[in-house]
Amino acid sequence: MPWGAAMLTLENLNLRQDSFSLTANFSVESGARLAIMGASGAGKSTLLLAIAGFVLPRSGRVFWNDQDITKLAAAQRPAAILFQDQNLFPHLTLIENVVLGKTKGQRASAQQRQEAGAALSRVGLSGLEARKPAQVSGGQAARAALARMLLQGRPLWLLDEPFAALDEDLRREMLDLTGEVAGQIGATVMMITHQRQDAAQFAQSVVYVAEGVARAPISAADHLS
Amino acid sequence: MANRAIAVAAAPVAAALVLLLMAAGLVPLLARTSWGAVSPADWAALRFTILQAALSATCTCLLAIPLARALHRRCFWGRGALIKMLSAPFVLPTLAAIMGLLALFGSNGPVSSLLVAVGLSPIPIFGLGGVVLAHVFLNLPLATRMLLQSWAAIPTERFRLAQSLSLTPLAHFRHLEWPMLRAILPSAFAAIFLICLTSFAVALILGGGPRASTVELGIYQSLRFEFNLERAARLALIQVVMGFAAVLLLATIWRAPNFGVGLDRPLRMAAPKGFMRIWDAAVIGLLSAFLILPMLAVLAKGLPMIAHFPNDFAVIALRSVAISISAAVLSVTLALTLARARAKGAGIWVEIAAMLPLGTSSLALGTGVFLALLQVVTPQTVALPLAVIFNAAFSLPFVFRILLPACREIEANFSRLSAQLGLSPWAEVRVLFFPRLRKPIGFCAGLAAAMAMGDFGVIALFGGQDQTILPILIARLMGSYQMQAAAAVTLWLVLFAFALFWTFDALGGRDADA
Repeated sequence: MPWGAAMLTLENLNLRQDSFSLTANFSVESGARLAIMGASGAGKSTLLLAIAGFVLPRSGRVFWNDQDITKLAAAQRPAAILFQDQNLFPHLTLIENVVLGKTKGQRASAQQRQEAGAALSRVGLSGLEARKPAQVSGGQAARAALARMLLQGRPLWLLDEPFAALDEDLRREMLDLTGEVAGQIGATVMMITHQRQDAAQFAQSVVYVAEGVARAPISAADHLS
Repeated sequence: MANRAIAVAAAPVAAALVLLLMAAGLVPLLARTSWGAVSPADWAALRFTILQAALSATCTCLLAIPLARALHRRCFWGRGALIKMLSAPFVLPTLAAIMGLLALFGSNGPVSSLLVAVGLSPIPIFGLGGVVLAHVFLNLPLATRMLLQSWAAIPTERFRLAQSLSLTPLAHFRHLEWPMLRAILPSAFAAIFLICLTSFAVALILGGGPRASTVELGIYQSLRFEFNLERAARLALIQVVMGFAAVLLLATIWRAPNFGVGLDRPLRMAAPKGFMRIWDAAVIGLLSAFLILPMLAVLAKGLPMIAHFPNDFAVIALRSVAISISAAVLSVTLALTLARARAKGAGIWVEIAAMLPLGTSSLALGTGVFLALLQVVTPQTVALPLAVIFNAAFSLPFVFRILLPACREIEANFSRLSAQLGLSPWAEVRVLFFPRLRKPIGFCAGLAAAMAMGDFGVIALFGGQDQTILPILIARLMGSYQMQAAAAVTLWLVLFAFALFWTFDALGGRDADA
């Protein structure tokens, strides 16, 4: 990995859109699993989008280790993000979707396809490579998106409630799988959730977003008890 | 973010190409024109152009109201097919329509024979009446479709409310249908008015003479027969000023009907019985006959001679097809570049560039380009490439309008995913835009190809014997009164136009989602 194991730092980050404003000033350790919690509209998604490079901050900086990545485009950052929906292109098969994590749209080599196939079987989708997203269940589509994250191999995973539409059991299953797969490449995971149980199951620490501030992470055990 | 920059950066190139064409056409006109010389004949042409366009638009709208109303509230066998037929008004070559109307309403046609038999005089098909008749025939499907969509968009709740209040038919019309008509009729009128302003083939064949000459026809005659460049330039400029005024009018009042509403939904209002039933049946029957019979007339006239090919037919047909396909590819490429940039946040100038050709006409713009080229090359030598460019430019506004919403949808749904994956601009087009836009691109290419197929274009101005295309061949055959041979070639023209449309449309195929 070109990025290595490293620490994410938000330095006096100030996000502002019209009347909405959010500040953040904290670091996240490498390999940590964070839950981001807070009321709807508090700015959880905006925080993730800023880290991913989709929202430019009004002021402040984002560091990956010692490198200032505030001005980098989304594709150049060490982060990979899963949205609430539209994580797969509906006109491409699962394996075509997954291999995009490596090829950036260039023609895939035999080895890249093989790696994509391996990632799909890692998330339990062997045999479904040629299906399109509409031909698999919501859970299976989420697994395919995870497989692509795995193939992308970026060290920071940002999850904007990608499993929110799944039922409770399936969501638990996906959280476990996400933990395993992310652990495999030592990725740091930041996940938005509304469910205290999910946070308790998945995260070591919690970032609480309220009143225009994303507070520094605290131990999940403390916050959720 | 980088993709956005490059997609937006490609747009100025495409927009510049359109602007270059506009400038190449308009600047020589401005340089050549002396307003002082506007002659009574010019004024007459201007008056006739506006008069026929206003009359055509009025008659079309007045006929479209009862037809759309009847189609909306009646359920009958073949309704779906009839409405489908209304959806392809642009695909039919104008010449085929004229040929059919001549066969049906001409002095030897069945309608005139019938009138003479009962002691009346035949319909005067040449002159104002014929021009308006042809324009009504060509635009009635478009107007009916616009109105039908608006009728279908009236909320069901209002119909239910009207029923529970037991509104009288008059009150029903006043409170439900009139507000809708008041919103949509000006748009329909303005669109048809604009189309009729630039109509050339209809005026060429059914108009003519000092009393029924349009500005477009005047340009053609000045350039082609009198070689009076000053007058051609003056008329071309008049045409362009008139065109842009009409486009401005259209832009200010335009309200698109609510597209995307299915037209074949089960009817939800009880259709009135009694006399209205007979009235609706008569409206649908008569106007459908008006739209279908001329087509059958061309078929009847052309079919016997279908295998008697005029000299050089194969070469001419091939040339026409090649021009159409090239124009379609160019048009879709330009439109996609502009629509994608607009969807990614490029300014309103992109839309203006794409819509500019709407205000001009091939003859007006062609005159300017002709004047510009005259000093450099023999215009004939560049007639074919120019035909491609002109046809692409004139289908650009329509293609752009269709592709823009689709591009916006892709941008809204997938731009972040694409940026996150770091797709390069070309990869984004290949992986995302092309597969997701396959269907509208196929439809647009078919539309552009069919429009180009039936168009005289600049070839009428520039072309010589060696640049003949099918419409020119038909006009030439008609000019020498070989009506049957002309009808046969027209049949081929229709066949080619529909074949091109269907082929492109089928290449686009089904939605890419599944």
